[in-house]
Amino acid sequence: MTDVLREVTDADLDAIEIGAAILGTGGGGNPYIGKLRCREELKKGNRIPVIPLAEVPDDWLVVSLGGIGAPVVGVEKIEEGEECLRALRAVEKEMDVKVDALISAEIGGANSMEPMLTAAQAGLPVIDGDGMGRAFPEMQMCTWSIYGHREAPAAMADEKGSIVVIRDTPDDVWLERIARAVVVTMGAAAGLATQPMRGDFVKRAAVPSTITQALNLGRAVLLANENNTDPVQTVIDQENGKLLMTGKIVDLERHLKGGFSVGHISLEGFGAFERDTGRIDLQNEFLVFRRNDIVEVCVPDLVVVLDSDTGLPITTEMLRYGQRIAVLGLPAHKLMRSAEALRVVGPAAFGYDDITFVPMEGT
Amino acid sequence: MLRIGVDVGGTNTDAVVMQGDKILSGVKSPTTEDVMSGVVDAVERALSDAGADKAQVTAVMIGTTHFTNAVIERRHLARTAAVRLCLPAAQCLPPMVDWPDDIREVVGGRFWMAKGGNEFDGREISPLDMDELDGIAAEIGAAGIKSIAITSVFSPVSDEMERGAMARLAKILPDADFTLSSEIGRLGILERENAAIMNASLRALSERTVDAFGRALKKVGLNCPYYITQNDGTLMSREFVQSYPVLTFASGPTNSMRGAAFLSGKTDAIVVDVGGTTTDVGALVKGFPRPASTTVDVGGVRTNFRMPDVFAIGLGGGTMISGDGDTLKVGPQSVGYKLTTDALIFGGKTLTTSDVAVGLGLADFGDKNALSSLEPAYLDAVKARINEMLTNAVERMRVSPDPIPVLAVGGGSILVPEKIGDLPVIRPEHFSVANAVGAAIGQISGEVDRIYSLENKSREDALGEARKEATDKAIAAGAKPESIELLDQEDVPLAYLPGNATRIRLKVVGDMND
Repeated sequence: MTDVLREVTDADLDAIEIGAAILGTGGGGNPYIGKLRCREELKKGNRIPVIPLAEVPDDWLVVSLGGIGAPVVGVEKIEEGEECLRALRAVEKEMDVKVDALISAEIGGANSMEPMLTAAQAGLPVIDGDGMGRAFPEMQMCTWSIYGHREAPAAMADEKGSIVVIRDTPDDVWLERIARAVVVTMGAAAGLATQPMRGDFVKRAAVPSTITQALNLGRAVLLANENNTDPVQTVIDQENGKLLMTGKIVDLERHLKGGFSVGHISLEGFGAFERDTGRIDLQNEFLVFRRNDIVEVCVPDLVVVLDSDTGLPITTEMLRYGQRIAVLGLPAHKLMRSAEALRVVGPAAFGYDDITFVPMEGT
Repeated sequence: MLRIGVDVGGTNTDAVVMQGDKILSGVKSPTTEDVMSGVVDAVERALSDAGADKAQVTAVMIGTTHFTNAVIERRHLARTAAVRLCLPAAQCLPPMVDWPDDIREVVGGRFWMAKGGNEFDGREISPLDMDELDGIAAEIGAAGIKSIAITSVFSPVSDEMERGAMARLAKILPDADFTLSSEIGRLGILERENAAIMNASLRALSERTVDAFGRALKKVGLNCPYYITQNDGTLMSREFVQSYPVLTFASGPTNSMRGAAFLSGKTDAIVVDVGGTTTDVGALVKGFPRPASTTVDVGGVRTNFRMPDVFAIGLGGGTMISGDGDTLKVGPQSVGYKLTTDALIFGGKTLTTSDVAVGLGLADFGDKNALSSLEPAYLDAVKARINEMLTNAVERMRVSPDPIPVLAVGGGSILVPEKIGDLPVIRPEHFSVANAVGAAIGQISGEVDRIYSLENKSREDALGEARKEATDKAIAAGAKPESIELLDQEDVPLAYLPGNATRIRLKVVGDMND
């Protein structure tokens, strides 16, 4: 366990990569490329200072930023490198302000790394926290938006030098739609920075300490593999989570709906769950876990799928018939479980009008 | 009409002579330092055991770990220029950025990034800049590098940029060997580029090795065509393997799994291949090895080409045993090729799994009297531990509750019990040379991996297009058109992208033309 995280160094990156992928609940893109990019920044002598959420001054201006696009494009058309930095500068110019710190909109997956490497480039600190505590597919699903911050003006930058500033939209759902249309034209990969937030707001709205959480999670998995102890149990202990099932994938169905990957996997339990069947629904991320057709864990709580032997996370694109997996439920932060949050990130927001969110058992 | 299958392993070179589906002979011979004399010896003995007429041999199929070993040992790798067509994208992570230092140094670590590359939908990121390419060619020429790997962003979607750049560079560098990433790997630029660079660095070795195989066969008196096996159980022509040596990586386990399927007549099974040092456990699905779904490291370099999903444990015929009761330890250390001097039954001082097999009466070789001090209870305890290791490995690879059989092959498979968990064990005839059999029955394949937009066409039409392209590729590679069948088909919708983009991966196989 780390005390208070003050700086991310090269030695932390492997662990953060694993932890961020676990918190990505199957989506959010693979953080491997981001890890390598952070490493390159550190090699240049740049640093990634980290500020605990509680220490952020009230009057600081904080920008939430990250990559937007398709994860599969992210591993093929790697960024030029300063897309997010240019988006940040564009927001500063639009608002005529100087930003004091950066924060991740989404700790789960690839966007855990983007603010860290932009911080290294800009000489700014990154705040230990994020706007989701996990991964979700759309911008209005982060706590900034849920708790009253307006994300526009927002700026997008591609690798070719194009910068698009979206000055105003009626709400963040429209911002998401317009940004999505722009990013497709840009080649399905861009950096996006949103309107600066005040430090006091960020302290209220951010899910706290999630870089530390990803780091500790990843370290625990690495250590468990080294010591031949059970990595899955390690993750559960660390996160106050619950082992929902160990099972084999006996059916796998994925198709397209409105540009999103939608489908489900069916599981046949093994080990202590030999008599159970399971089902996980996915929309880019894993959303709902059912045991014997009864909902047990659903969004915004985290449905995490790990390799049952190594404890390493399995993303929705890596799923395949016959895989032996461990399904875990991890509790979402209370900021994601409030009435305001559930309207945006609860089961109904993903089309499950028939499911009422009940916080997962024992948490 | 005869076929010869050869497997050149680290310890043994195996050869079989086959007539149709019949195995006429199978022999094992030590692998030699020069590799070739071992091949000559094995093939000559297999032919004479079979009483076969050399003139009747129509093809020789060779499986080899030579190229994998070259990468792992960082030997015989040529200095290579990595050219990436991407600018302005992708410059933050240069080629070979995630390679171990030692192998990067061996291949020279030289790279150039240039304008070019495509978007996911085929649009250009930027057009090729011919002056820029001419400048790069001059620098590569000045550095005396003859081997070039070209990788363009989204080249699995459109390979025009890679081809265009190759044509331009070749004007100034007419003697250079080129590897295009689009011909080797799938989406995921770093992994595909890594595979392309490794391939380029292996091409000189590949030419030498393939020529040497040819000379070895000529020495035996065989003038028929010969083929090298690929890691998916299919064959490559001599010319093809000279261009794509990386495709042989991991062909050893593939051959033993395919051979096991053939020898047993089972197409869905778990294969346990027990060699001298390790046991490879893999799964057969429809007669082919199940591919690994994640990236695969080769000598510390991350790649994403198709490899069989194999779980290896440190258990083989030469595995060392120590301790007793709670301290009993089986492996992972092995006496390796020193088995015939170090094991108890050969007058040595080291207790090995082979000694235990002889002590238990599972095998009969060496001097059984050297084992008089071993208690039967001790031998049983070791056997129980070996069974436990095998059961765990088999359970890990098992994909369904169906009681599919376990196929035990390889020289050390005498260690495999009659049953593993609830699964029956089959030890097919000629089990010890299953890998050479797997080489002999290799098939011809064609593969497509591409993103299709389903905006203006149905999924079925896209799959049909892909299948046609794969079939054409297989026929061009020498498959009998009437024997071609679909082996594997997968389509993955691309999340977060409107326009219903979907990625189709599809593979067909067919029997080789006679």
